[in-house]
Amino acid sequence: MTNLLLPAALFETIPQGVDYIRILPELLLSVFGIVVMVLDPLLEEEKSQKLIGFLALGGTVAALLATLYMAQSPGLAFSNMVKVDNFSVFFHFLIIGIAGVVILSSFEYMAVEKIRAGEYYALILFGAVGMALMSSAVELVLIFIALEISSISTYILTGFRRNEASSSEASLKYFLLGSFATAFFLYGVALMFGATGFTNIDQISRKLEAGPVVLLVYVAMALMLVGLGFKVAAAPFHIWTPDVYEGAPAPIVGFMSTAPKAAAFAVLLRVVFTINAPGRVGLLWLAAALSMTLGNVGALVQSNVKRLLAYSSIAHAGYLLMAFAMTDPANSTAGIAAAMFYTAAYAAMNVGAFAVVSHFGNAGERYVSLEDYAGLGRSSPMLAATLTIFLLSLMGIPMTGGFFAKFYVFSAAVKAHLIWLTLIGVINSAIGAYYYLRIIVVMYMRESRKQVPVTPIPFGLGAALAISLVATFYLGILPNRVLEYAQQSAPELLPVPLPAAYARTAQTQPAEALPQR
Amino acid sequence: MSTDSWSPYILTFVTFAPLLGALLLVIFPRRDRDIRIFALAFSLLTFLLSLHLPVHFHRSQAEFQYEIDRSWISTPNIHYHMGMDGISLWLVVLTTFLTPLCVFISWKSVRDRVKEFFILLLILETALIGVFTSLDLFLFYFFWEATLIPMALLIGVFGHERKVYAAVKFFMYTMIASVFMLAAILWLYAHTGTFDFVAIRDQIARGALPSFPAAAQWLFLGFFLAFAVKVPLFPFHTWLPDAHVEAPTAGSVLLAGVLLKMGTYGMLRFNLGLFPEQARHNAGWIMTLALIGIIYGALVAMVQPNMKKLIAYSSISHLGFVVLGIFSFTQAGFNGAMFVMLAHGVSTGGLFMLTGILHERRHTYEISEFGGLAAPMPIYAASFLFIVLASLGLPLLNGFIGEFLVLSGAFQAKAVYGILAATGVIWSACYLLWMYQRVFYGKVTHPANQSLPDLLAFEKAAVWPCALAALVMGIAPILWLGAIDPAAQAALTPFTQVMGKVVGQ
Repeated sequence: MTNLLLPAALFETIPQGVDYIRILPELLLSVFGIVVMVLDPLLEEEKSQKLIGFLALGGTVAALLATLYMAQSPGLAFSNMVKVDNFSVFFHFLIIGIAGVVILSSFEYMAVEKIRAGEYYALILFGAVGMALMSSAVELVLIFIALEISSISTYILTGFRRNEASSSEASLKYFLLGSFATAFFLYGVALMFGATGFTNIDQISRKLEAGPVVLLVYVAMALMLVGLGFKVAAAPFHIWTPDVYEGAPAPIVGFMSTAPKAAAFAVLLRVVFTINAPGRVGLLWLAAALSMTLGNVGALVQSNVKRLLAYSSIAHAGYLLMAFAMTDPANSTAGIAAAMFYTAAYAAMNVGAFAVVSHFGNAGERYVSLEDYAGLGRSSPMLAATLTIFLLSLMGIPMTGGFFAKFYVFSAAVKAHLIWLTLIGVINSAIGAYYYLRIIVVMYMRESRKQVPVTPIPFGLGAALAISLVATFYLGILPNRVLEYAQQSAPELLPVPLPAAYARTAQTQPAEALPQR
Repeated sequence: MSTDSWSPYILTFVTFAPLLGALLLVIFPRRDRDIRIFALAFSLLTFLLSLHLPVHFHRSQAEFQYEIDRSWISTPNIHYHMGMDGISLWLVVLTTFLTPLCVFISWKSVRDRVKEFFILLLILETALIGVFTSLDLFLFYFFWEATLIPMALLIGVFGHERKVYAAVKFFMYTMIASVFMLAAILWLYAHTGTFDFVAIRDQIARGALPSFPAAAQWLFLGFFLAFAVKVPLFPFHTWLPDAHVEAPTAGSVLLAGVLLKMGTYGMLRFNLGLFPEQARHNAGWIMTLALIGIIYGALVAMVQPNMKKLIAYSSISHLGFVVLGIFSFTQAGFNGAMFVMLAHGVSTGGLFMLTGILHERRHTYEISEFGGLAAPMPIYAASFLFIVLASLGLPLLNGFIGEFLVLSGAFQAKAVYGILAATGVIWSACYLLWMYQRVFYGKVTHPANQSLPDLLAFEKAAVWPCALAALVMGIAPILWLGAIDPAAQAALTPFTQVMGKVVGQ
């Protein structure tokens, strides 16, 4: 990137108006986050909760509209660091949507737990900025920065139940291990730069296509996979998940088990498929098989619902990783589309499930063990039915988004001749059915032994649940549109064949000379 | 509207009418009595709608009728493809016939969570019909899995003492087995680019799949395992007695009457339809397992102290006949297998209702708790005897026709199979009549049985249609076989050469 110092090139790099449009959602989220933070100390705490909450919600709605606007002008921005394409628009929608639903589901939680609203909502918004940026960044250094933005806000959010030792413990644990993992990622980026001379994903991809692959690339790839593997809670980097999920506030678990994961998967998709580094297939195969198996087997023996869902999220990361083990372009498209669909379906059902858990947990999250759910089918039929639907979706039962998600992933894997991985997957999904079923069994088939208070469902939570339910059913009955969109955007990730493909975007890059070398 | 313009949509109407009922049931009636009437109305409506099917069915044709084929999801290429031939026709009618009876039998016995119960029952009916009418493998799997949840909940919520154990066992057994079928379906899709049953069958038959021969055996086993657990074939049967004993009466009726037939239907449709070659190669051990099932089921049924368990084991024995008939690859065997499926559905459904009625009065299924019931409950005893006779295969009742045909098919395939299977008929007479004798004859042994009320009106409404159907099926089997026969013949075409071989042995 030495050209950046030259005056002509410098002119090229001055951001244009359209550059700002291409990060408009992030800008809006940041502005709303700052406004929320500034307003918070000025207003009376008791009364301002709702107002600030709605302001934050407004921020996500504005960002969603901005995403629509942004989608009109696809292309690169900020010296090829940010790329707006169907793929990043998809993840912008998903991440910001998750943030909005989580904010909705937090209204009640804030009041019950007496959390100061300003910081909490602002951190969610800032986190969403980082995650959204992760999905559109094509520059490894920018990805790292975005990753840090999203991680730091989730570290803090994890520790928001200040009076609980477990929450602080979770926060610290998450922070220590998380920084360690990001360091791995950064190290991988550095090695990749050392091996190829680039930090831009597209350029790295072209360099690797053009020339022989040195050993350093393998190492760099492995290190980056470690960092991202931690973020998506894939085995063998999953150990933190149950503890952190158990300690963190329940709505935040709904957030951090979906949005940062979706963002990390977006990065992973870009890194894995665009760079198309050889040797990744074996690693991802192993990670997928391990995550599914360890996640499902771990979940079998859990008695805390939050921990159980934590293990289930590890297992789901495993199913998702199956879609990454493809090599040739035709299969890769199917894999990418399946993975994108999966993140969406998973987000819908998991956010919903945690919304129920957070409502039912009550003040101080007292009721999160499996036994507390006994008799819920009788005491609160609506809540139980809703949770059942989310669990059935997690199980992968027809009519729900989870079913198609699994189905697409498995069918992509079979198409790519990954028969053994598919078999491991289907057996795992059968094992997985058992522990989700356990929750349903407890809710409907056991009588409650102790008196667990069930408060009526408040507005915010009701809206969040309704959105999650609609999304789950929509993806389960009419998956066509989302899948088609994902399939359209999938080829954008694949390494472009060498000639002419980059003529438009690569004027200022020295890499133009690469093929001749 | 003329029947022709109806005909592509009739299957959709029949399949989803119960679901519509279930959805309306969620919102509409509040009082328990209204809920029952509402559920009854919808199940009867479905039954009447389904009568359209045999009435307008072209009996001489073996092709799929009432077909509807619409694109549902473009990629993967999933179609809403439904259709019906002689094999599925009567299974659908059996389902719609048994469901209103289930509503009747649950009229009084379900007092708690009435709404949920009938909603689940109607959802289950839709899923069951969907299994039999789907011609798209994806759609089929969709409905196949969809039967699991309502059935597991019916057992787990409304069952007896060890209901949770039984429900989870049922769920896990069938779930684990069916994921192998999913893997096989996905393989077929990956290599043919379609989920359409007819298209895949043709491609395989034409030999258009180069990678097929290497995988065929595994694909066959993938499908077969899912179906064998459902049937259940020995040694995958252990979930069945538990599920039956703990299930509420209506659950048992649908479980034995229809759910088990999903397995045998699947074997006939998919194992034989898609993989004729492999079916022939594997027929030996499958028929052996079926024979073991027939004899083992009968012997275990003999020593059961629990009536419901006894009938459950008798189901294993009867379904063994079905599998035997299917894998004999003879015309008689196929027709017989189909007929046993229907006959078993009607008569075992009736038996489960009758034991349910007894349980309703005494809250036990133990045979030793009863004795001499013929005196206080004469109508009940007569109805019970009638169904027992139908079940054990008395000529002129429905059980006889099917078993006779299966046996003649088995004899054609290999005499020793026929001889061994024929003993199953004898055993079934033994255990059923012995049970009947212990429960109904002699003096009333237990004072509580002295004043048991006889059949109530709604119980008659549930049981007598079964008895009537058993009688009609026994007297005029041609009404049923007329439609079954062309389909059986068509299913047999790939085996015509094979049959020569088997018979020649």
